[in-house]
Amino acid sequence: MDSKGFDRPGRPAAGRTRSVKVMIAGGFGTGKTTMVRSVSDIRPLTTEETLTQASAGVDDLIGVADKTQTTVSLDFGKISLNDTLTLYLFGTPGQERFWFLWNGLFKGALGAVVLVDTRRLASSFRAIEEMERQQVPFVIALNVFPDSRDHPVEEIRDALDIPPHTPVVAFDARDRSSSRDVLVALIRHLKERPAVALEPR
Amino acid sequence: MSVPRRPTEPQGLERYYVLTQGRSGPGGAASSLDVATLVVSRATPLPGMQHEHAEILRRCRDPLSVAELGAHLGLPFNILAVLLSDLLDAGRIEARDPIPAHDAGRGADLALLEEVLSGLERL
Repeated sequence: MDSKGFDRPGRPAAGRTRSVKVMIAGGFGTGKTTMVRSVSDIRPLTTEETLTQASAGVDDLIGVADKTQTTVSLDFGKISLNDTLTLYLFGTPGQERFWFLWNGLFKGALGAVVLVDTRRLASSFRAIEEMERQQVPFVIALNVFPDSRDHPVEEIRDALDIPPHTPVVAFDARDRSSSRDVLVALIRHLKERPAVALEPR
Repeated sequence: MSVPRRPTEPQGLERYYVLTQGRSGPGGAASSLDVATLVVSRATPLPGMQHEHAEILRRCRDPLSVAELGAHLGLPFNILAVLLSDLLDAGRIEARDPIPAHDAGRGADLALLEEVLSGLERL
C-alpha cells in the first residue's frame, strides 16, 4: 500500500492527514463497484455492518443463536488527492431498503454520484429519492453500456424528474479517466451550489 | 462428568459477543465514528492487552480509515466501533472524522473543494 503522506504519530504530518468521502449510489447492477474499482488507488475492499435482531426480551448469550443476522456490505476504494488528503469512495448496498439501517451512511459525505443504466432507468429511482430525502447533493452519471441506445440527456433528465441544476453526465464506469470526470463534475457542482446547510442527523 | 468449557474459538455472533463483552454499540466519543473516520495510534500495544485492541494499535501507526481497518481485521463496523471506543476512552488512539463540504449554517468550503478538484485533475 502506498503510505505516502502518512506519517508516524508525533510527527506533524500525521496531525494534518484528513479524509473526505463520496458515496456511489444507484440501482442493482448499474456499475457502482466497477466505478469504485476503476478509479481507486487500491483494490476495492469490503466493509460490513452486521445487524442483529433479538427476539423480544432476550438479551443474553443464551439468546444469541435465536438472533437473526443481516449483513450490509459497502465496497470501497480510495484516492490519494495529495500528501495529506484522501478521498474515500463508498459504493452503497444495492438493496436500498437497507440504507436506513446503516446509521449516518450519507452523513459527512461531500455528495453522491447516482449511477443510472439507461436500459433500466427505474432501477435508480429509489436511489434518487433517497438523495433528495436526505438532502445529499448529487450528480447523475449515465453508465453507457455497449448495447445502450443513445438517449438525449434532456430526455433522461425528464424521465428521471431531475431538477435543471443537477448535472447529468454520460460515462463509462470501466474507464478510469471517465470515472474521474464524473467525480470532477460532482465537485464542480458542489462549488456552484448555494449555501444550504445539510440536515443534521 | 465433564465441566462445560467456554469455547476457545467462538464463531460468528458469539465471537462478537466475546470481543465486545456483550456491548452492542459504542457510546461517548465513538458514537460519531464514520466509515471514513481516520484512526491513528497514540500508544504502542501493551502486554496482556486484548488481541484486537493491540492489532488496531499496530495497524494504525499510520492513519487508517475505519472501513479499511474493518476490512483488514474482518470485523463489522458496529463491532469495530465498540473496540475503537475503548481505545478512544483510554486515549490510545485519535480519531478524525471526514470533512463535510458544508458546515451547518455556513456555505460551501470552497478551499476544500478546490483542493479535491486539483487532486482529481492530477489523476
